[in-house]
Amino acid sequence: MSEPMVKAEGVHKRFGRLEVLKGITLEVQPGEVMVLLGPSGSGKSTFLRCINHLEKINSGRLSVDGELVGYREAGDKLHELREPEIARKRGEIGMVFQHFNLFPHMTALENVTCAPIRVKKIQRDQANARARELLERVGLPDKVASYPAQLSGGQQQRVAIARALAMEPKLMLFDEPTSALDPELVGDVLQAMKQLAGEGMTMIVVTHEMGFAAEVADTVVFMDDGIVVEAGDPDRVLGDPRHERTRAFLSKVL
Amino acid sequence: MSGWGGIETPPAAGRPDDIRAVPVRHPGRWVAAALILLFGASLIHSVATNQLLEWHVVGHFLFDQRILEGVVVTLELTVSAMALGVILGVMLAVMRLSPNPLVSGTSWLYIWFFRATPVLVQLLFWFNIAAIYPSISLGLPFVGVEFAHGSANTVITTYVAALLGLGLNEGAYMAEIVRAGIISVGEGQTEAAQSLGMSRLQIMRRIVLPQAMRVIIPPTGNETISMLKTSSLASVIALTELLLAAENIFSVNYKPIQLLIVASIWYAAMTSVLYVGQYYLERHYARGAARELPATPFERIRRGLFSLRREGARS
Repeated sequence: MSEPMVKAEGVHKRFGRLEVLKGITLEVQPGEVMVLLGPSGSGKSTFLRCINHLEKINSGRLSVDGELVGYREAGDKLHELREPEIARKRGEIGMVFQHFNLFPHMTALENVTCAPIRVKKIQRDQANARARELLERVGLPDKVASYPAQLSGGQQQRVAIARALAMEPKLMLFDEPTSALDPELVGDVLQAMKQLAGEGMTMIVVTHEMGFAAEVADTVVFMDDGIVVEAGDPDRVLGDPRHERTRAFLSKVL
Repeated sequence: MSGWGGIETPPAAGRPDDIRAVPVRHPGRWVAAALILLFGASLIHSVATNQLLEWHVVGHFLFDQRILEGVVVTLELTVSAMALGVILGVMLAVMRLSPNPLVSGTSWLYIWFFRATPVLVQLLFWFNIAAIYPSISLGLPFVGVEFAHGSANTVITTYVAALLGLGLNEGAYMAEIVRAGIISVGEGQTEAAQSLGMSRLQIMRRIVLPQAMRVIIPPTGNETISMLKTSSLASVIALTELLLAAENIFSVNYKPIQLLIVASIWYAAMTSVLYVGQYYLERHYARGAARELPATPFERIRRGLFSLRREGARS
């Protein structure tokens, strides 16, 4: 078997005295789509943010594509990475946020081209052509010149997906991408994510969309109170949960 | 289809008749308007007919060479002091938000010091700096390397003293304005930019500051307008800007009111130009904040004329 894309071993995260992650151990294989489920406050989003080092873990080991997140290992010592190295690694991981976080002072096209031009130093025409392609792929070919405020939530989130894809990431993180959307706008965003999964992108998705989990996920992980309660095939976890907590959660959301 | 509680929606048959009702009378408004008109008319009458005001003197000195030179100095001083203030302000604001306590503490101390003392005192201080530092040199401290050297009285001219006094003081106020702008940009913007692999400097320059500008511009315009007028304090340290130019003239011809009116006209004219500049600057940085940019005054006039013409065509 090839090296896992994400490997977490006993990952702990504290905010002050509050322990949010109490030892997370899991693996995500290249091309796998993993859906993280769980009640709010269970640590799903925090774990996602640890993967691209928006949060620093307190103990355990977390690596992406065989390299530790935030540290370099030399002998038996860990060295903190410098900011440019952290930034470079973040650029290889795409992230989509609950509240889109598009740059409001830039058009859809500028949102998508900003990082490739500034970070990857790609020529502007080349970046523009690629951005148009991406915006077409998420179903927004005519919104190139629109500012985020002129777009619906669903359209904004699809621009955000295109923005993340423009950096050609090897891993995509989705932090409740449809939670802030009106119900009738959810479908388009899920469609874009499904398409991406079909193209073989490695994805970790925090969501409450059970239909998406059942249909698209390769693995479903149920988290509660900072630990992984159970993980496995979606049919098995959603259809025949082994733990009481999973059953209780699913009975509320299904 | 019947609605709730059996309320029928009326059939959409053309436009219903407009309501015609007797409007409420507002006698108070008429009384207030009459009083204001009366007061205004009497004020204009007294100013226009007062022979002692000697409006021809005002007209005579309005474009006097010495006054125009004063206007130029005032403009130069305002622009250079604001430029110094803005540059210092951005630096101090970024320092203030630094995780290094010595760096943020230094910025805090600077802001405290310059806000805690009157700007007039600071101006006098820089003007008299030669009393404690007769010579000024540029070099590395303690190691004896020196790049430039000069006597304080030749380096710190009245213009430089005024620039330092106003600019350094302005830096402290601008720092607070810029800091407010920076923290007004949501955390999510920085996180999104970080997740795209952008560096701290790129995030500040491309993402945070352009958005902070919307918050920074209005108070900065205010500061500029304020600076234009505060620059008149430099007359105290013998810098011949607009006010001192006027003073120099009336100390000879004994027409202080007329020359102060001349100076006021120029200050008001320059302030009005700044108003317009601020409007367009704000409009530029409003991109993306609203669905549509507000109309410029010209557009509004054009639209107004257009709708008038339509009204005329209808009647």
